[in-house]
Amino acid sequence: MKSKTLTCIICPNGCTIDVKAHDNGDIEVSGNKCPRGKEYAVQELFDPRRTISSTVRIEGAMLPLCSVRLDRPVPKKEIFAVMEEINKVSIKAPSHIGDVVIENVCGLGANVIVTKNLDKI
Amino acid sequence: MRTHDAVIIGGGPAGLAAAVQLKKNGIDDILIIEREKHLGGILRQCIHDGFGLTRFGVTLSGPEYSQRFIDMANELGVSTVTNATVIDLNGDRVITAATQQGLLQVQGKAVILTMGCRERTRGALAIPGTRPAGVFNAGVTQSYVNLYNTMVGKEVLIMGSGDIGLIMARRLTLEGAKVKGVFEIMPYPSGLPRNIEQCLNDYDIPLYLSHSVVEIKGQERIEGVRVVQVDESFRPIEGTEKYFSCDTLVLSVGLIPENELSLAAGVELDWRTNGAVVDEFYQSNVPGIFAAGNVLHVHDLVDFVSKEAEAMAEGVAEYLKNGALPECGLEIKAGNDIGHLIPQRVSGKRDFKLSLRVRKPWGKCCLEVRQGETVLKSLKLAKAIPAEMIELVIPAEKMNSVEDLEVRVYEI
Ligand SMILES: Cc1cc2nc3c(=O)[nH]c(=O)nc-3n(C[C@H](O)[C@H](O)[C@H](O)COP(=O)(O)OP(=O)(O)OC[C@H]3O[C@@H](n4cnc5c(N)ncnc54)[C@H](O)[C@@H]3O)c2cc1C
Repeated sequence: MKSKTLTCIICPNGCTIDVKAHDNGDIEVSGNKCPRGKEYAVQELFDPRRTISSTVRIEGAMLPLCSVRLDRPVPKKEIFAVMEEINKVSIKAPSHIGDVVIENVCGLGANVIVTKNLDKI
Repeated sequence: MRTHDAVIIGGGPAGLAAAVQLKKNGIDDILIIEREKHLGGILRQCIHDGFGLTRFGVTLSGPEYSQRFIDMANELGVSTVTNATVIDLNGDRVITAATQQGLLQVQGKAVILTMGCRERTRGALAIPGTRPAGVFNAGVTQSYVNLYNTMVGKEVLIMGSGDIGLIMARRLTLEGAKVKGVFEIMPYPSGLPRNIEQCLNDYDIPLYLSHSVVEIKGQERIEGVRVVQVDESFRPIEGTEKYFSCDTLVLSVGLIPENELSLAAGVELDWRTNGAVVDEFYQSNVPGIFAAGNVLHVHDLVDFVSKEAEAMAEGVAEYLKNGALPECGLEIKAGNDIGHLIPQRVSGKRDFKLSLRVRKPWGKCCLEVRQGETVLKSLKLAKAIPAEMIELVIPAEKMNSVEDLEVRVYEI
């Protein structure tokens, strides 16, 4: 049997969730207030994933940096590999929320997208 | 002097949400005055995600969340002046602002206070030791790293377990720093459980509860701190002292609502919130002056800030249409275990929303709002912690308009 007690990070409720995966394939989840918590707990037990946010350099804007994030979670152990790719990027103003700056980063199926509108000056 | 129906001081999430909601209520003549070059407030530097789950049902980063409100305000044609710092407000609701074009004086039929808050600094904590470089507030660190491409250090300690400190522990780790630990003087963290999980546990950053920084060492640059474990009365426990080397100390020790302008206008403040005393319409003791968001009481979630500002805007719209609001003569008294509550006064005639924080963590407990012998509302909770604001709607049906209200929490 595989089991874990964890704090849900999906919303500010931060439920304490117990998740148990029995050898016969049954999965028991308790402590979650919503279905998203259940989904998170099961995911967390077998394949923990996170989205991360960071910045990339931007030329020609009022600020030297533009904020970015992943559009879907990636395996936790790949976070630093993703950061390395993000750190290589430099973009040119203007930036628009949703612009893709890295497609399918590290082959993980997630894109790195812009989260701030910055005008060209 | 120009007059407007409503003048909003501060174009952060609270000010923007108020403006949008006023427009939707048919109040057209609005002006937002903002100190920074851009609207959006503190969220411009909060690049992590997790915003908007309550308000929009999706998870967004701070800049995306505020852009949604900026777009709505623009579409509705809200007038704004940026690069303009309000330096005075008086009881007649006359505002003086320093702008690039010189002094601006305007009067609002209603004035809305949405100036947000600032961070508590080392000076306010009186930590003994030298005064070296390398000691930063968490929000300042956030703006250096996320806006100005300036890394603060390599070997970092964090004092205080507020959410901004936790968020920065993760952010600095992602940017290559070694974050060696977070020290919290209380026996429980002041940040949200999800941030302990995803910002500290994910990166194996230790959290030292009941620990206090007792000395800062270093001449030019900070070299380390002495830390000691404390007992329930916050007295150092002998033999527990440790030394941690570092080149940076980040302070995440609380926020203080920015109320200098409010005081100048004669607005009464509550010693528990450091914000205005308001009624159920979010009106202060000075008629026509309203407040919402972090300037009223410190929020940890912007979704609640937006909703509070929208509720306030309903009150402002009613005030502008009728020239006055119903009298709110009843006081809401907080029991000993309630940290603070908003509003402090009500009319007793309408449903209202009560926001509060408990003073210490509780397991299974019940929150109860009474008026004399009548229980107006009771809410059972599996747990309650100071880090989470609790909101509940109090229905008018059982309320009378003569007796004060009382809120308490008890174990079940
Ligand atoms: C450093 C920091 C990080 C935070 N991180 C998070 C987070 O990660 N998630 C979350 O949900 N919440 C976070 N919060 C809570 C956050 O405060 C709220 O989410 C929200 O931003 C508060 O909105 P507000 O409009 O009340 O204040 P603010 O966003 O602070 O906006 C106030 C605005 O008023 C302007 N202003 C102030 N004084 C004047 C003046 N005299 N004249 C003209 N303009 C003035 C300021 O420039 C600012 O734009 C954070 C708060 C801080 C301080």
